Amino acid sequence: MSADAIPCTRGGGMSTDAVLTLEGLSVHYGARRRRRRVLHDVNLSIAPGETVGVIGETGSGKSTLARTVLGLVRASGGSIVVDGEEVAGYGPRQWRALRRRGVVQYVFQDPLRSLDPDLTVADSLAEPLLVQGVPRAEAATRVRAFLDRVRLTEDLLDRLPGELSGGQRQRVAVARALVTEPRLVILDEPVSALDSANRVQVLQILKELRDDGVALVFISHDLGSVAGVADRIAVLYRGELVETGAARDVIAAPQHPYTRLLVRSAPTLHSAPADRAERDALRALLHA
Amino acid sequence: MSTVSTLAESTVAQAVLSVRDLRISDQANGREIVHGVSFDLAPGRTVGIVGESGSGKTLTCRAALGILPVHFEVTGGAIELDGRDITGLAPAEWTAQRGSTISAVFQDPASYLNPSLRVGAQVAEVIRVKKRAGRRAARRQTIELLRAVHLRDPELVYGQYAYELSGGMLQRVLIAAAIAAGPRVLIADEATTALDVTVQAEILDLLADLRDRTGLALVLVSHDLAVVAQLCDEVLVLRQGEVVEQGPTREVLHHPRHEYTRLLIAEHEQYGLDRFLAPEEDV
Repeated sequence: MSADAIPCTRGGGMSTDAVLTLEGLSVHYGARRRRRRVLHDVNLSIAPGETVGVIGETGSGKSTLARTVLGLVRASGGSIVVDGEEVAGYGPRQWRALRRRGVVQYVFQDPLRSLDPDLTVADSLAEPLLVQGVPRAEAATRVRAFLDRVRLTEDLLDRLPGELSGGQRQRVAVARALVTEPRLVILDEPVSALDSANRVQVLQILKELRDDGVALVFISHDLGSVAGVADRIAVLYRGELVETGAARDVIAAPQHPYTRLLVRSAPTLHSAPADRAERDALRALLHA
Repeated sequence: MSTVSTLAESTVAQAVLSVRDLRISDQANGREIVHGVSFDLAPGRTVGIVGESGSGKTLTCRAALGILPVHFEVTGGAIELDGRDITGLAPAEWTAQRGSTISAVFQDPASYLNPSLRVGAQVAEVIRVKKRAGRRAARRQTIELLRAVHLRDPELVYGQYAYELSGGMLQRVLIAAAIAAGPRVLIADEATTALDVTVQAEILDLLADLRDRTGLALVLVSHDLAVVAQLCDEVLVLRQGEVVEQGPTREVLHHPRHEYTRLLIAEHEQYGLDRFLAPEEDV
């Protein structure tokens, strides 16, 4: 199924060119006989200010997708264009230079592992700016401006990550991704480890980011948490994008059997509980 | 899905599990943690308990299983299993009840299996002890059970180790162990929480299937109201040890009275799939 970019200029980005374009992207792990295909022919384009949800189950390749776009995993084929720059063949030094510019940022599931445990919140948040050569005083001012956006108070600035709640930590991780004013933020399961109240808060923050024109790639196994935020949804199944479309269409009229099973499996409150027989039929179809 | 209209009459008549104003206290500091939980559960029915961590939902289940953590004690109310108050049972009597009348599955199935024993042997052990079956009969019954929980190729799974199976398969193995001795009540405490959404639906479908086929009564515990809404006739919403809302599932979903329930529902309506899917007719 195709994964064409929907022309989208909402959010007032500087250009209408995609902030991220993947073409024919494949990734393999292991060598020779152990070589295993993890991603196959992935085509996806993210317009400025657009939020795309990437949905997939455990082992579908969704985290590999994020890590490939960040240069943490090497693509074995295809093209990755970040902000107009072909980066698929980049070496470590070029990746570092690209990351330092802060155009693309990322947030992972577990903030305890992505935040330096020995840095205070203030230092963690200022670091990406200091790396760019922003003077310390100016960095501190900009950090304060972003605290408010993620609903954190200034009294947390002197704390270490271990002294924060899970929800606060994840909001620090989001703030840290924002301080360089990126055009694209990749979020890998940003709310999966959070309880209900914190999840709602982080989702609300993501919605505001989207409205501010930051493009988001929101990776999750949970269609439910993505549904409220994403403009488009891309469904990754066994390393391939099997369906891409407007969030409303993918959920209300899923085409691929896996997407149909996904929608019929998601617990909902008010819709009639999907027929068990229907799910059984879809499972049989997928495992055939 | 069964209707809720006859719930009141049927449960009063033939409840297999009756919890009456259950109170649980932490004896270390004398504080009451669960402040009066009551519900009736009839065979073939499902009651759901919703609440965040620390709300007392797991303590309530553990009291019904006689496995409260140290210091915690039932300080008021009664739990009747098959018409018999079980709150004052001696340890040996509990051992006789558990598995045979009331059983449970929990989150993180891998931690309930011995990693160095084949999973089949661990299910068979339950049958050998509880049903006094011989080695060969226990093996045969285990394979039947593994088939009943929809594991493909049960003979193969019998000989596998926990690390060789996925989370969903492990939870099926544990459900097989939990129902091996033919209990009348099964408690599923966050049993699908760590699983992928499609696997979660598989496990919930399996529980519903067991309930409908065997008349097993289910207590479904989850932090997610929508999970509970899938197959429960009645819902209890717990917060800080207090039942803040209780009633037939439809009633609670469509006419929530407590602010906290409304918050749980609003979260789904705002961020879940409900916005995109056609609502039920009988709203």
